[in-house]
Amino acid sequence: MKKVSVSFTLNGDLVTAEVPPNWTLLKTLREYFELTGSKEGCGVGECGACTVMIDGDAINSCIYPICEVEGKSVTTIEGVASGDGTLHPLQKAFLENNGVQCGFCTSGMIMSAKSLLDHNPDPTEEEIRASIAGNLCRCTGYVQIVESIEKAAQMIKQKK
Amino acid sequence: MNKFDYLTPTSISEAISLHESYGNQAKYIAGGTDVMVKIKEGKISPQYVISLRHLHGLDHILYEKGELTIGAMVTHRMLELSPTIKKEFPILIDAVENIGSVQIRNVATIGGNIVNAVPSADSAVPLITLGAEVRVIGPKGKRTMPLEDFFIGPGKTLLKAGEILLEFVIPSLPLHTGAAYWKHTRRTAMELPILGVAVLISLDDDMQTCTEARIGLGVVAPTPMRAKNAEAILKGKKVNDEILKKAGKAAAQECKARDSIRGKAWYRRDMVELFVQRMAMVAMKRAR
Repeated sequence: MKKVSVSFTLNGDLVTAEVPPNWTLLKTLREYFELTGSKEGCGVGECGACTVMIDGDAINSCIYPICEVEGKSVTTIEGVASGDGTLHPLQKAFLENNGVQCGFCTSGMIMSAKSLLDHNPDPTEEEIRASIAGNLCRCTGYVQIVESIEKAAQMIKQKK
Repeated sequence: MNKFDYLTPTSISEAISLHESYGNQAKYIAGGTDVMVKIKEGKISPQYVISLRHLHGLDHILYEKGELTIGAMVTHRMLELSPTIKKEFPILIDAVENIGSVQIRNVATIGGNIVNAVPSADSAVPLITLGAEVRVIGPKGKRTMPLEDFFIGPGKTLLKAGEILLEFVIPSLPLHTGAAYWKHTRRTAMELPILGVAVLISLDDDMQTCTEARIGLGVVAPTPMRAKNAEAILKGKKVNDEILKKAGKAAAQECKARDSIRGKAWYRRDMVELFVQRMAMVAMKRAR
């Protein structure tokens, strides 16, 4: 099958991928760009382990056709910390509040939470829970995850 | 996953002519949250996937002179966040805010949800209750039909080969009209409904007499259905607990609930009876 060339912004950098047209964004991230922070759990848009942001909105990259990414801006977990390696408040809060157990859901959780906080810096607990309703944690550590997101929101507010 | 070419036409005529050239090897894709899953699971294996995302003018939410038009490519998230929908059509918010997850709602389109025509499609029940019509375009031109007639069986619609769903039109509703939808599930996210119940009620100036009643049911028949016997019980009557109970019972009787993995028929009928009454109460509150 002839490959297609797809150009987009990936974590702030302009990139071009040469991949088969039936690839998903997730497969391209993991196998072409070797960014393996985004995980494949269910592969059908149920579990949220593959969550990344496209133009600021959380989406499931495992069912997102790569050809639709042309010209868009993609942010993955690898693009969340600053260039100098300083962790984002969400990453710090997840570490400090035991928001991470086995870690498989974590990058997706953080991307969903980041999309929420970017749009709504002061969410209620209910809004936080709704924002991660599509992110399954099988260690069932949801309480610490919700607390981590609440902490991160506070940290971001204090910085401003 | 099967191999396919991904085509991105920028006009409706181009999309239709691509579909005509490739015939049954072609598959339209909108948000892709269903089509991509079906491809990945091997349920369909198109050689040409034709994207509808680059067609212009299919993602509008227009509310003019009481008539609402929703483009087929409007995502569930766009509906959920639309101030017009929130204010004028809260029944649609009832339906879309619990579809899938934020990630799905950001991508999945209302047109896609309808075209897939699964009996559990959450947006279908409120739309038929609102009296929506669908406009489609295909190789032979445009057609308009009531959404209620559009569904002909599980996964089956009146859409012919190569046709594209353009938009939904909801004609203006009488004054003092309210409507509400209940998606009955075990959990609030990432779930298909055990059943869905929508009720629309228009009240006379006395705010008690029902001048128009529409009841839509989901999952309890091969297609989303209207409970017309139950509607007839309400029309022209002063609404009270007793009459609502009668309507609930009638709706439970006329639905064609079956046993399935998500719920037993008897349970579904009981819940139809109950939620027709409850949603009628919410609808009346909204009408006032």
